[in-house]
Amino acid sequence: MRAPAPRYAANDGVIDAATAALGDLLIEAKDAVGEVSLTVVREKLCDAMIALRDTPGLEYQQLSEIAGVDYPERAERFDVVYQLLSFTRNHRIRVRVTTDEEKPVPSVTGIWPVAGWLERETYDMYGVLFEGNDDLRRILTDYGFQGHPLRKDFPMTGYVEVRYSEEAKRVVYEPVSLAQDFRNFDFMSPWEGAKYVLPGDEKAPAAPPAPPKASEPKTSESTAQTGAGQPHPGNQPGEKPKDADVPAPKGEGQK
Amino acid sequence: MTDTAVKIPEREIDPATGDTSIANYTINFGPQHPAAHGVLRLVTELDGEIIERIDPHIGLLHRGTEKLIEYKTYTQALPYFDRFDYCSPLAMEHSYVLAVEKLLDLEVPLRGQYLRVLFAELTRICNHMLNLGSHVMDVGAMTPNLWMFEIREDCLNFFERASGARMHSNYYRVGGVRQDVPIKLLNDIAEWLDTRLPRLFGDAISLVAENRIFKQRNVDIATVSRDDAIKWGFSGPMIRAAGIPWDIRRSQPYDVYDRVDFEIPVGTRGDCYDRFMVRVEEVYQSARIIKQCIQDMPEGPVLTLDRKVGAPKRGEMKQSMEALIHHFKLFTEGYHVPAGEVYVATESPKGEFGVYLVSDGTNKPYRCKVRPTAFSHLQAMDFMSKGHMLADITAILGAMDIVFGECDR
Repeated sequence: MRAPAPRYAANDGVIDAATAALGDLLIEAKDAVGEVSLTVVREKLCDAMIALRDTPGLEYQQLSEIAGVDYPERAERFDVVYQLLSFTRNHRIRVRVTTDEEKPVPSVTGIWPVAGWLERETYDMYGVLFEGNDDLRRILTDYGFQGHPLRKDFPMTGYVEVRYSEEAKRVVYEPVSLAQDFRNFDFMSPWEGAKYVLPGDEKAPAAPPAPPKASEPKTSESTAQTGAGQPHPGNQPGEKPKDADVPAPKGEGQK
Repeated sequence: MTDTAVKIPEREIDPATGDTSIANYTINFGPQHPAAHGVLRLVTELDGEIIERIDPHIGLLHRGTEKLIEYKTYTQALPYFDRFDYCSPLAMEHSYVLAVEKLLDLEVPLRGQYLRVLFAELTRICNHMLNLGSHVMDVGAMTPNLWMFEIREDCLNFFERASGARMHSNYYRVGGVRQDVPIKLLNDIAEWLDTRLPRLFGDAISLVAENRIFKQRNVDIATVSRDDAIKWGFSGPMIRAAGIPWDIRRSQPYDVYDRVDFEIPVGTRGDCYDRFMVRVEEVYQSARIIKQCIQDMPEGPVLTLDRKVGAPKRGEMKQSMEALIHHFKLFTEGYHVPAGEVYVATESPKGEFGVYLVSDGTNKPYRCKVRPTAFSHLQAMDFMSKGHMLADITAILGAMDIVFGECDR
């Protein structure tokens, strides 16, 4: 690793130890960008976490973080990602389960009480349900908020906006109205295979059909066709017109 | 929000003793309270003056930053990090740039790394001045706060001279820092560390450290055992005060922290006084680190010379067509980060500040989750303050060092 990121104990042997400790709870284990991540069976998450915490040689004592990630195109669209830290081995590991809007994830609040708010936040932001968390209220969004804002299909501007109404003498909620369209650039070059119509091109007529193929190849004209090199028809010798434009000299003139 | 009002308890005469029995009070603390250090609402249940239960309501400063970052390029996302913990902005940027560099596997010039460590430690001093000062003010002492704000003001002036901004510096870059600092600034910081900081800070702390009233308000308040500190996800001065010598700068060194020499102060009792004193000692250790940085800093570039990531200098752009093209591409499209995911945590002044970054190979983060320090500390508020008096809430909150920009994101 050339980057000056935090350097902790090496990943060597961690996957083997985790595979041995978790057995068939483990779905996938990989070591990418210098970090080990394990995917475990959702229903058995608590067993896997206890094994990771208590097995000698793994000893992940602290839960640092729970993050949700949304992949709307997948059948189980949410990842719930747990970051564990071992103080004794000075190592970090990532544990992941997948779920959707309905299937609950077992709560790890019984193992680490810090998970309480972290699960509440994941619920608030993504709508992931946690089975066994008895305080699954919203935490960061407003009282009475609807929707789960970090889902990819939730618009960044949201649905309601808040202002103080002088008439009502209180804060009122109104549907969001944007003075200007939200601008989101995708930076893909249209000539590199973009599969969409550029803004402003929707009303343009469809591209004209390609011209029919010529039966004979098009070449430049020859001198016989153009008459190049021949004297100009109006420039023949011997037929010079009388110079009518020159007036006759008056008097003697200059002799 | 019906529970904001004080519940009037029904008064019943206890037939056995003839005393009036009083039900528990539920009172509301904040969200607009000067000792709440921002917008914190605590719904507290009291038995007389004894705290039975605390339910912190957070999110009043939630700005949806994580959502915003998903719509910005990696360069544009950086200034948002200043706004997380607005008392220690550069420490927030530090985690983010390290995370992106890890995904890019990007080398950073040594001078850039030294400058980042220098300013991260200056940020630590700056942050602790605010926290220590407001903590002593929360428990009733006025003067030390004013003196420590003098030091904080000096720090902000140094930030301004390096980056042009006093608070939201936006100084770190993926691959180093924005620009080199003038030599006069380094001289001034060194002189300040030798003269002004120890005098002012020593005076301010001498007023409270051995003060009887200050000790009565802090010693043995909200003690946390080692096991609890681990279970509740503590980090930073909170876990060190509980007696665990855990410091990411030492255990998992990043940038040039493995080249500087410093000590990790550890508490013995895990109470509010220990948390205070751990931070006091950290200020002196940060000063030590800054001195070493100034001494050891080599000459050279401060930003990576990989022009696909680091922007060229303005002067270069006047001469070189290629530099101009790089500049244009970097500030419109930005750079593409290889697909992958990292979790990078650094030792911010308040604890472990982590960034979990998921990249899908485009120029924008697919997901950027921030691990705030305050989240786990504030969650422990309930069990830490159980059985203490109402007036201890301010001491406990002050010793936690919470800033809501980071907690609510």
